[in-house]
Amino acid sequence: MIIGLDVGGTHTDVVLLGREGLVDEIKVPTDPSNLFDTVLKGLNIILKETDPSKVKRIVLSTTLTTNAIVQKKIPEVGMIVSSGPGIDPEFYRTSSHYYSVSGSIDHRGREIDPINSDEIRGVAERLKKSKIRHVGVVCKFSVRNPQQELKIYEIIKDTFEKVFLGHRISGSLNFPRRIATTFLNAAVYPIHKEFFEAVGRSLKEKGLKAPIRILKADGGNMKFEASIDFPVQTILSGPAASVMGAIAFATDEPEILVLDIGGTTTDMAVLVNGVPLLNPLGIKVGPYQTLIRSLETHSVGIGGDSAVIVDSRGIKIGPDRNGPAMAHGGPVPTPMDTLFILGEITNGNREKSIKGFEAIAKQLGTSVEDAAKKIFDRTCRMILLEARQMINRINRKPVYTVYEMLEGYQVKPQTILVLGGPAPYFAKGLEALSNFKVHVVPRWYVANAIGAGLARTTSEVVLFADTENGIVAAPEEDFSQKVDSQFLKQDAVALALDLLKQKALKGGANPDYLEMEVVEDLEFNMVRGFYTTGKNIRVKVQVKPGLIHGYDSMIHGLASKNFRSR
Amino acid sequence: MLSAKNKTGLVFFPAFDWAISPTHPEREERLLYTQDQVLEEGLLDIDGIVELKPDLVTLWDVQRVHFCVPDVWSVSTESHFISAGGAKTIGMAVMEKKIDKGFALVRPPGHHAMRVVHGARGFCNINIEAIMIEYLRQAYHVDKVAIVDTDCHHGDGTQDIYWHDPDTLFVSIHQDGRTLYPGSGFPDEIGGPNAVGTTVNIPLPPYTSEEGYLYAIENIVLPILADFKPDIIINSAGQDNHYSDPLTNMNFSAQGYAALTTMLAPDIAVLEGGYAIEGALPYVNVGIILAMAGVDYSNVKEPDYDPDKIRQPSNIIGDINDIEKQILANWRQREKIKRGIQKSREFAERTRNLFYDTDNILETQKEKIRVCPDCSGALRIATSTDRGINVLALHIPRKACKACKALGYKWFEEKAAGYFDWVFLQDRTQDIYLEKKKKGF
Ligand SMILES: [Zn+2]
Ligand SMILES: [Zn+2]
Repeated sequence: MIIGLDVGGTHTDVVLLGREGLVDEIKVPTDPSNLFDTVLKGLNIILKETDPSKVKRIVLSTTLTTNAIVQKKIPEVGMIVSSGPGIDPEFYRTSSHYYSVSGSIDHRGREIDPINSDEIRGVAERLKKSKIRHVGVVCKFSVRNPQQELKIYEIIKDTFEKVFLGHRISGSLNFPRRIATTFLNAAVYPIHKEFFEAVGRSLKEKGLKAPIRILKADGGNMKFEASIDFPVQTILSGPAASVMGAIAFATDEPEILVLDIGGTTTDMAVLVNGVPLLNPLGIKVGPYQTLIRSLETHSVGIGGDSAVIVDSRGIKIGPDRNGPAMAHGGPVPTPMDTLFILGEITNGNREKSIKGFEAIAKQLGTSVEDAAKKIFDRTCRMILLEARQMINRINRKPVYTVYEMLEGYQVKPQTILVLGGPAPYFAKGLEALSNFKVHVVPRWYVANAIGAGLARTTSEVVLFADTENGIVAAPEEDFSQKVDSQFLKQDAVALALDLLKQKALKGGANPDYLEMEVVEDLEFNMVRGFYTTGKNIRVKVQVKPGLIHGYDSMIHGLASKNFRSR
Repeated sequence: MLSAKNKTGLVFFPAFDWAISPTHPEREERLLYTQDQVLEEGLLDIDGIVELKPDLVTLWDVQRVHFCVPDVWSVSTESHFISAGGAKTIGMAVMEKKIDKGFALVRPPGHHAMRVVHGARGFCNINIEAIMIEYLRQAYHVDKVAIVDTDCHHGDGTQDIYWHDPDTLFVSIHQDGRTLYPGSGFPDEIGGPNAVGTTVNIPLPPYTSEEGYLYAIENIVLPILADFKPDIIINSAGQDNHYSDPLTNMNFSAQGYAALTTMLAPDIAVLEGGYAIEGALPYVNVGIILAMAGVDYSNVKEPDYDPDKIRQPSNIIGDINDIEKQILANWRQREKIKRGIQKSREFAERTRNLFYDTDNILETQKEKIRVCPDCSGALRIATSTDRGINVLALHIPRKACKACKALGYKWFEEKAAGYFDWVFLQDRTQDIYLEKKKKGF
C-alpha cells in the first residue's frame, strides 16, 4: 500500500492507497508551528487500522522548508562567492556572512584568475568566529569547470560541519540563482535533515519499514537519503502535489489546464499529453529566484475564502483571506458565501452569509441573490483571466532556432480539470463563463495527497562536451572525462542517459519503468580561423514527471466513483 | 535586488540552426558564448529587463523597403524574416511603451543590404533596421529617425536606402574605407540632392581605441543628433570594432561599447556584425544590455582586457580632428550645399557597379531622382546583373509631392515590361507594391 501526505496551509491531507483503490483518506488541521506533530498525527490516524508492514511506499509533501524560508526561520549560513569580471556580486549578498573572493573562470571553463588560498583561509576564520556551521561556495561558470569551488572546498572542509558547492546544486547556467539556491540549500539543510530523521524514527517505531520519499517541486519524489544534501529541491512541492493528483484523472485531451482552487489562492498548471509543463529555469521562493527544477505553476490570490470588499472604488476579491466563509463563522463575506446564498452548498449558516452580503447588495443596488451571483461570476472570471494570461506567457516563451520558431508550437487547452475544496461548485461557473469544458477531479478534496503518493521519481542531467578542450562533463553529477575529436553528439547523449539512470535509481526510481527522454541536444562546430577545431555539445536529459507504474486500474476505480470510504 | 533604471526589452535570436556555410563567420556558433554569458550573468532576471519573443516580418514589410529580384524568397530565408522580426518586435514594444528601450540581439545581420537586392552582400540579405523603421513609420507615424551605425564596416546598405531621405539621419562611424570592406563611407558622402547632409560618414583610422572612438561620438555624433532632433534613435550595434575581432583592425573594448551606448542613449539597438565570438561578443553584449538598462557595468571586462595594450597610436587623435572639422563644416552648411546642387536641375543621375561578395554577383545600377524642393523625390533605378537580369525599380517616397507621385506612375506605365524583365513600383504614399513582368518570366 501507499501513503500520500500533503501538508497544506490550513489542512494536511493523508490518503492510503491500495491496488484496489483509495483505502482511506483523512484531513487534520495543520499546525504551522509544529509540523512534526501535524505529520505524525496524520500518519497515526491513517495507520490506525492498517498493518504498517504492508505500506511499501510513503511520500510526503510538506511546507517545512518553504515556511522556514518565508518566515525567515533559517540558521545563519556563510557564503563564499567568486565572480571575476561582470556584475558586482555584492548585488547577490545573502546575509552579513557573505564574502566575495578572487578567482575567475570564463564561459568555456578556462581559469582566468586563480583563487587565493590565504584569502579563503581568512574568510573561513571570520566565518568560524561568527559561529557559522554551514557554508555555500559558488563560483561563476563553476558548471563549466568546478575546480575553483573544489579548491575552496579542500581548504575549508574541515573548518565547517557541511560545505555545499554550487556546481552540485544545479547544472544550469545562472550565477545569481546558483548563489541563491546554494544559500537556501545550506540554510534548510539542518531543518530538513532533523525533521525527516525524526519522522523516520517514529515510523520505524511503528513498524513501517518503507523508505520515506519526499515530493519535489517538479512533481517527482526522491528518497529521503538522496535528498539530504539537496533539500532545496523539496521546497514548494504543494502545487506539484495537486498537479500530480490531477494527472491521475487527466482525460485524453492533448492539453489540459489544471486549476487547484484553495481557500486563499488558486494554483494553475498546464498538462501536455498528460505531462505537466516544467518551468525552464527554476522556481521563485519568497524573494529568491532559484534554479530549483519545478513545474510551471502560477499562483493567484483568489480562492474560496478570499475577502470580498465592495465600496465606491468597485469590487475587490482577494488577495487577502481573513478567515473562512461567514457561513462557517468567518468575519467577512467570501466567494464561498455566494454558494450558500445561491443554495449550492447547504452545510453552513446561510443566514450569516446573507447578512454579510446585505451591504454588498446595497452598494451594488441590487438584491442579495443577485449580488451573490455577480460576485461569484466575477471570481470565476478573474480566475479565467489569470489562466489565459498564464497560457499567453507560456506561448510567448522565446525559442532559439529557426526550426522551433517556424514550428511555433502553441498550447491551447480546451479542457480544465479543477480540484481543491470548492472545486465542484466553481466548475459550473467556470464552464458557463468560458468555452472550456470543465471537469472536476474525482476525490478533488484529497487529490493532492493522491498525487504525492503516486508521483514517480524524477531526475535531470545536464552534460556538455567541448572537444577542442578535450572534455565531457556533468559537474552536477561529479562527472568528467577526457574525450578526443571523434566524440559525437550521440556519445554525449548516451553518457547523459547513463548518468541519468544512475541518478534516478539512487533517487528511488523503479528500474523497470524508467521513462527517460532527451530534452535538449545541441551540437556546434567550433571554427577558429576558418578551420573546424572541435565540437561544442550540450545535452539535457530527464525522467519527466508522471505517475508510478501499476496503478492504472486503481486510478480507474477512483474515477468511476466506486470507492469505499469511512 | 538588481533593477533596471530603464525598462529594457531584449529579443535574443541566435539562430542556432542557421549558417551561411559551416565555417563562415556568420554561423550557428556565433552567439553561443554570448548566450552563455548572458545566462550566467543572470541578466534576464534583472527587474526591468524582459525577453521578448520575435515575430516574423511579413513579405510586405520587406517590400516596403526593398526591391528583391526576382522576389523576396529568392534572396532571403526564414532566418532573415525572424532576424528582421526581432528588430520589429523591439520597435513595436518601444512605440507601444511596453519598454523604454530595446535591443534586438539577432542574426543574421542586415546593414550591407541596399534598396535593390539581388543576393547577399557582406553577410547581409535584407536590411533589418530599415524594415523595422519603415514599419514603425507606417504603423505608428514616426517621422524623424536617426540611425547611428557603430559597426566597424561602413553601413553602405542603410546609407543607400536612406540616401535620398531628409527625414532619416544616417550616421556611420567605421574603420576607414581605404583599409576595410566595403571600401566606402568617406566624409564627402553626404546624401542625395534632396537629402544633402543627412548622411554622415565618420571614417576612423585603424587602431583607434576607446579614447578616439568616444571622442568622435561626443564631438561629432552627439552635436549632429542634437541638431537633427530625431523622434527615435536607432543604433546599428555591430561589435567588430573590438580589439580581438578577426576581420578588422580597431582597438575598441566592452567598456568602450558600454560607454558608447550610454552616450548615444539609443531607443533601439540592433546587433550587426562582430565575429570575435568568444573573446568579445559575450562581454560587449553584456556591457550594451547593462548600459541600455541603466545598470552599473563598470566591472564588465574581457578576460584579457588591458587598456595599455590597446591604447591608440599618438597620431590618431590628430587625424580624427581633421575629419571632425570636415564633417561638422559639411553639416553646418548642408542647406547651402543643397541649394547649390538643386539649382536649375530637374534630375540627378548616378551610375554604380555593386558587387555581392557573399553571392558573387555583379550589379550595374543607373539611378535617376527628381530634384524636388517639396519632397524627397521620385526615384528610378534601372538595375542589371552579370547573370543577365534587367529590372526597373521605381520608388515614390512616403511624403511624395503630387508631381513626384505622378511621375512615379508615369514611369511605371510607360515602361510596359519589354526591355526589362520586371518593373516594380513601391508607392509609399499608399503603402503598396506593384509589379509587372515580361512575358515568359
Ligand atoms: Zn561589420
Ligand atoms: Zn516631390
